[in-house]
Amino acid sequence: MDNLLSIVTFIPALAALILALFLRGSDEEAGRNAKWVALLATSITFLVSLFILSGFDASNTGFQMVEEREWLMGLTYKLGVDGISVLFVMLTTFMMPLTIAASWSVKTRVKEYMIAFLVLETLMLGVFMALDMVLFYVFFEAGLIPMFLIIGIWGGKERIYASFKFFLYTFLGSVLMLVAMVAMFADAGTTDIPTLMTHSFGSETFSILGVQIVGGLQTLMFLAFFASFAVKMPMWPVHTWLPDAHVQAPTAGSVVLAAILLKMGGYGFLRFSLPMFPVGSDVMAPLVLWMSAIAIVYTSLVALVQDDMKKLIAYSSVAHMGFVTMGIFAVNQQGVDGAIFQMISHGFISGALFLCVGVIYDRMHTREIDAYGGLVNRMPAYALIFMFFTMANVGLPGTSGFVGEFLTLMGIFQVNTWVAAVAALGVILSAGYALWLYRRVVFGDLIKESLKTISDMTSREKAIFAPLVVMTLLLGVYPSLVTDIISPSVEALVSNYHIALHDAGTAAAALAQSH
Amino acid sequence: MQADLNTILPEILISVYAMLALLGAVYTSKDKLAGLVTYATAAVFLVVAAWIGLGGSGVETAFGGMFVDDAFARFAKVTILLSAAAVLVMGMGYLERHNMMKFEYPILMALSVVGMMFMVSAGDLMALYMGLELQSLALYVIAAMRRDSLRSTEAGLKYFVLGALSSGLLLYGASLVYGYAGTTLFSGIVAAAGEGLAPVGLLFGLVFVMAGLAFKVSAVPFHMWTPDVYEGSPTPVTSFFATAPKVAAMALFARVLHDAFGGVAADWSQVLILISGLSMFVGAIAAIGQSNIKRLMAYSSIAHMGYAMIGLAAGTAFGIEAMLTYMAIYVTMNIGTFAFILSMERDGVPVTDIDALRMYSKAEPGKAMALLVLLFSLAGVPPMLGFFAKLGVWQAGIDAELFWLVGASAVASAIGAYYYLRIVYFMYFGEETEAALDENKSPVLWFMLMGAALVMLVGVVSLFGLDSAAATAAAALVN
Repeated sequence: MDNLLSIVTFIPALAALILALFLRGSDEEAGRNAKWVALLATSITFLVSLFILSGFDASNTGFQMVEEREWLMGLTYKLGVDGISVLFVMLTTFMMPLTIAASWSVKTRVKEYMIAFLVLETLMLGVFMALDMVLFYVFFEAGLIPMFLIIGIWGGKERIYASFKFFLYTFLGSVLMLVAMVAMFADAGTTDIPTLMTHSFGSETFSILGVQIVGGLQTLMFLAFFASFAVKMPMWPVHTWLPDAHVQAPTAGSVVLAAILLKMGGYGFLRFSLPMFPVGSDVMAPLVLWMSAIAIVYTSLVALVQDDMKKLIAYSSVAHMGFVTMGIFAVNQQGVDGAIFQMISHGFISGALFLCVGVIYDRMHTREIDAYGGLVNRMPAYALIFMFFTMANVGLPGTSGFVGEFLTLMGIFQVNTWVAAVAALGVILSAGYALWLYRRVVFGDLIKESLKTISDMTSREKAIFAPLVVMTLLLGVYPSLVTDIISPSVEALVSNYHIALHDAGTAAAALAQSH
Repeated sequence: MQADLNTILPEILISVYAMLALLGAVYTSKDKLAGLVTYATAAVFLVVAAWIGLGGSGVETAFGGMFVDDAFARFAKVTILLSAAAVLVMGMGYLERHNMMKFEYPILMALSVVGMMFMVSAGDLMALYMGLELQSLALYVIAAMRRDSLRSTEAGLKYFVLGALSSGLLLYGASLVYGYAGTTLFSGIVAAAGEGLAPVGLLFGLVFVMAGLAFKVSAVPFHMWTPDVYEGSPTPVTSFFATAPKVAAMALFARVLHDAFGGVAADWSQVLILISGLSMFVGAIAAIGQSNIKRLMAYSSIAHMGYAMIGLAAGTAFGIEAMLTYMAIYVTMNIGTFAFILSMERDGVPVTDIDALRMYSKAEPGKAMALLVLLFSLAGVPPMLGFFAKLGVWQAGIDAELFWLVGASAVASAIGAYYYLRIVYFMYFGEETEAALDENKSPVLWFMLMGAALVMLVGVVSLFGLDSAAATAAAALVN
């Protein structure tokens, strides 16, 4: 199949179109059909995407299954996957059927809800596959629209504030990136990502308004991209939209946000910042590393004092994303491997944690930690699953959470021991907030009157968690499943990065000598 | 003489049609014929647009260079005619319902369109002024068309007084230019301005001419009339203001700067950078507090003129191409949005408060979705076409090394996104109201709204030759 990637990308959009145009009937009936259509479409997408994985040749570090077509304004429609992106594609197609299944209890405007999620899936897949800069931007940015609506329409009490904050924060970051993209186009004369990766952008130091810009153009472009990806990641101190968005979004919205949307930032760093602006990255790396270390410790501390479950998990996400940025900007094999692994594993674990909150929220309609306690007495299966994912979040060996944290710490230790030491504190703190949350919600005596009748998980809910448990365990005990696929590409990325840095260094030295 | 008349045949045709229609209506049944005249005018616009668009190639000049018919003028004329036709048909239902269906309305529109066609073809300062005044005088009258409404007459008067002031500025500038160049022909001015350093008096004249033109495109700091006139005029007239005259004024701006002052691009591009930057920010920030959708659209058009002017400030052929593409897309978005605004009524009374849109998505999911697409397009969010319009002018700006302007416009567009989102907020997230909007069954409005929204979405796949037409037009202007 020549256009496998396009097929996978647009199946959900097609289903959304069908829903929008042809689904009629009473609200209840239409809602039920919409759910089934959405579940079917996302499942088919997942099954078809397995062909991508099976056809993928890990030893090839270039882009595979490339499709290229002419597009408007001299741009190209170009898709492809490499070792870095293919697993994100799989993560997306894997998580979407689960999120749809987790939305079975949605009652209001079901049809629109399913359309929004299906469109969102197409856009997310497009982000990970796009090989044209502007095409990437179109997918990246368009994803804001369905997410804005999902938070705003189906969200909680403060949903309006949260949705606006989400949109405007990310939009401002992205338009700056777009300006940098246009500048890159002017400099390199192409928007083709593989070509841009081999193009060396200017790195001579110059000054703007009396300020010396070390690393020149590359540093400026790095900063413009950083504005977008750091917000998306999100990194401290621009993370404040995330807790709001997470708390207000409906359960499935939180799952998609945590499991997939946040990964776009990390993916962006790997796809654009490191290969295209090696000098800029090198100049800014110490700053990014310390920001990550601060993020890990600070947001872990903030998570400790939360009394809203979703907010706590949201802050823990920010902390875990700190490990990711730290690993990426260590720029060595272990660091980048670990960062990608951490992103994949965090996709399963944080998604599952938000689903765990969703399970009890559906029953009690509150996310206050104080409203719960002693759930183990009436919900043993839930207690077990929640325990499993809490441990995975802490990074217990044997779960996938451990591998990611260990690899990133190992990577960073070779580069900056102090950052590694500070970040290691975060591992301890994460055990603190996660276990304490678990104790307050699940253990103890069941004394609250309202909880006396709470029921355990239904078989639908168990079925949603089953694949997540399997994946978390599987990747925990057999991480080579992931690293075998990503390592060759990561190795190429890292070695190209160091070669480019070296070249720029010698060029600068030669320039200095000739003066 | 014969050849001259042949060149301006489209303009003559519309003028003659307008005169005949005027006589016919006056001597027969007056306003009873208004509907027929409106349709006829729209049909004439469409026919002439097809004629200009499909025929014609190369460059022809008439009256010793005062009138230029080139690809650039043709592109602008087709855009103007098509949007004017759309606005005419769109506004009819509204005018009929509110007893404003006067036969003068389509005729004045036709005259103002003739003025615009002369503007974009002007090759001489006198021709420029004639076209501009013909356009403006007709617009002053239709702004005040609703004679019994205080708001409408105020809008007309305000527009007239400020418009007269700007014409004065422009004329003063033109006289300075004539004084220092010794000619009013653009070809002569460009020769006078191009020889080494341009005389200071000529540059003074240039600045005054630009001030006058900036008023017509409602660019900051000459924008003050826009919100009041937009709000006060009857909505069909507002939708006209927001579309065709903007294209004409922008095209005229490009024509004057490149044909007459092409040699001193470095001088005028500084002025444009300032005007453009200010327009984007004022448009973005001032609109935040607006609750009247017509005022909001006024500020939105100010901001959009700012973005389009980036292409002009770049001073390159690609900049002009980007600007023309931007204007064509802008006009399409505005026609769709105003088709929606025209349908906003409660108990038969037009409402313009965005508060009235609360939970509109429940009552009319299809129309709400179309408006959503248009709003995101206006905000410049991909994959809507509005994004590609912005991308084009940014590319032109970066190519011309206007880094600060493009960076500032990125920030302004993020600020501006807020007020478009606010409308989405009312439609989708707001509280329910008891007083819902009337259901509007007009197929014309529905078609315009849905059509515009569809274009915004389908545009991602193909621009239907818009880009190549704009490129040809730009190449004709800048060589």
